[in-house]
Amino acid sequence: MTKVNQNVSRRSFMQLSGGAAAASALIGLPTIARGAGKDVVIVGGGPAGATAARYLRMIDPSVKVTLIEANATYHTCFMSNEVIGDLRTMESISTTYDGLKSAGVNVVQDMVTSIDTKAKKVMTKGGNTYSYERCIVAPGIDFKYELTDGYDAKTAETITHAWKAGPQTATLAKQVKAMDDGGVVCIVAPPNPFRCPPGPYERASLIANYMKKHKPKSKVIIFDSKDKFSKQGLFTQAWKKFYGFGTDNAMIEWMPAAKLGKINAIHAKDMVVETDFEQLKAAVINFIPAQKAGKIAFAAGLTDKSGWCPVKKLTFESSMVPNVHVLGDASIATKMPKSGYSANSQGKWVAQAVVALLNGKQPGVPSFVNTCYSRAADDWAFSVAAVYKLNMEKNLIGGVKGAGGLSPMDASAEDRKREVAYGHSWYNNIKKDIWG
Amino acid sequence: MLRIKSIPAALAVGVLAIFTSINTASAEMASVQTLASPCAGCHGVNGVSVGPATPSIAGLTEAYFLDSMATYKSGKRKGTIMSRIAKGYTDEETKAMAKLFASMKFGRTTQMSDAGLAAKGKELHAEFCDSCHEQDGRKADGIGVLGGQIAAYLDYTIADFYSGVRTMEKRKAQKMNAFKAEHGADGIKAVVQFYASQK
Repeated sequence: MTKVNQNVSRRSFMQLSGGAAAASALIGLPTIARGAGKDVVIVGGGPAGATAARYLRMIDPSVKVTLIEANATYHTCFMSNEVIGDLRTMESISTTYDGLKSAGVNVVQDMVTSIDTKAKKVMTKGGNTYSYERCIVAPGIDFKYELTDGYDAKTAETITHAWKAGPQTATLAKQVKAMDDGGVVCIVAPPNPFRCPPGPYERASLIANYMKKHKPKSKVIIFDSKDKFSKQGLFTQAWKKFYGFGTDNAMIEWMPAAKLGKINAIHAKDMVVETDFEQLKAAVINFIPAQKAGKIAFAAGLTDKSGWCPVKKLTFESSMVPNVHVLGDASIATKMPKSGYSANSQGKWVAQAVVALLNGKQPGVPSFVNTCYSRAADDWAFSVAAVYKLNMEKNLIGGVKGAGGLSPMDASAEDRKREVAYGHSWYNNIKKDIWG
Repeated sequence: MLRIKSIPAALAVGVLAIFTSINTASAEMASVQTLASPCAGCHGVNGVSVGPATPSIAGLTEAYFLDSMATYKSGKRKGTIMSRIAKGYTDEETKAMAKLFASMKFGRTTQMSDAGLAAKGKELHAEFCDSCHEQDGRKADGIGVLGGQIAAYLDYTIADFYSGVRTMEKRKAQKMNAFKAEHGADGIKAVVQFYASQK
């Protein structure tokens, strides 16, 4: 069964591809022989790591791929706001690694504790060591807990960030459901750069969407660490239309940094958020802290002063250490946003580039896509999209000029409704593309 | 990479490898594999969508693929997002992707469909649609594949033709309008169910 699946998926990729890497694996026996024993170790089984793993196997089955991930089940951050807004189940945003296993990926459930980039070895908590020719690090994000008094990983179990989908997503959903009518949910939105720039505002929308149906006297107050945010015009338009934004009966209020000052402390016992100029008591607090690259990126020396990982944009190979590629949210992929689609698109390209490098070839020319849907009400969604090309001189992955951009402000209600369905299509298809 | 244009699709995989083994570093255009692989994010693995709304694009003819991209690009065809995406690719890149997707097999995702409506739709299809959308809408020279296409997408497309968001050729408009006049919304529902029911 496994064999059949592998063959089918490989052949299908050939159809899709016709590219150098795929073809070299197909026709040139010498290439396969040279490729034998090529070990790639992938750290992290989120969208970037899992995509890279699957595509490496499809493009060149002679590459031995080991993916190390701490969790047996992964919950996607994308669509997790629909769980919080009571529009879908936790089950529907979960995935196992069976699809990767049947693609011939050696999936190891363990936590990577260090990477010896000189000896080219990855060490795990379970005490195992894995050697690599090329290592792909996709650890996602970690939080700068130290910036806020009264908030740490332990507190986050009750005053959630829910910015890595999983148990906290379920907790936040439960808290919103259990809240009395008339309560306030405070979402604290993080400073740039952070995972999923429109995410906090979609979350506010879908909580308000739930309240409108079940707790109409309640409201969401966003305490923002910024003075503007992603898709602001489109969100504001939707909030006015559905949630009385800007009126006395607003179900969503947005407080910019200019009015709040710095967000200083969370008082868990009193359920109070304290800023320079404001104190807010809330029934539910969702505190999304400032972010940095996942822990292992620091341990492996892949980060710079910014707390993120600089990369050579052609191959996403680390600018700090050789033979290690960093992709997804942890990387500085300017100007691609930190999104699931970016991670997926990067994973595909880096798989092609790494196969080329392992076979002593040049990686060719990259091309990326990002599309991001945000849902603001039952039948109301909008998107941002871009096609990205590499500018080698500027070491910049820029959007193609004249293309991409936001859904128009004057789109019809029918188009907004269609974007809900297209968003769900995106989710179903990309999830299958990533994890099989 | 540009040279792929003159190569028959069946040979493309083998021949390309030779070009790329000579030199890819100086190529200015991404390989068609690199260009096309991000499409899967919305249109499904190998261009076969699992829905609920985004259409499958594998197996579309080159002519139809090119026409869709060109009209999205020019704004003649309105979409929610494809008008923004299509503008991101040069004509050369679009041609390469058209050739690639045309060489792939149209895949059909199992969809919920009403057997009774589908049976009625089959009769209506034979009467009104078959002269252009031959072989139960599965054959599609220069036009979209209907047989087995994602139902919501068919609904959207039909609605857009009737509302004038998308324009129709005179002959097609006559047929479509006659169909609607005689069978109305129920008739449209039935033919969509017929196409969606195809495996």
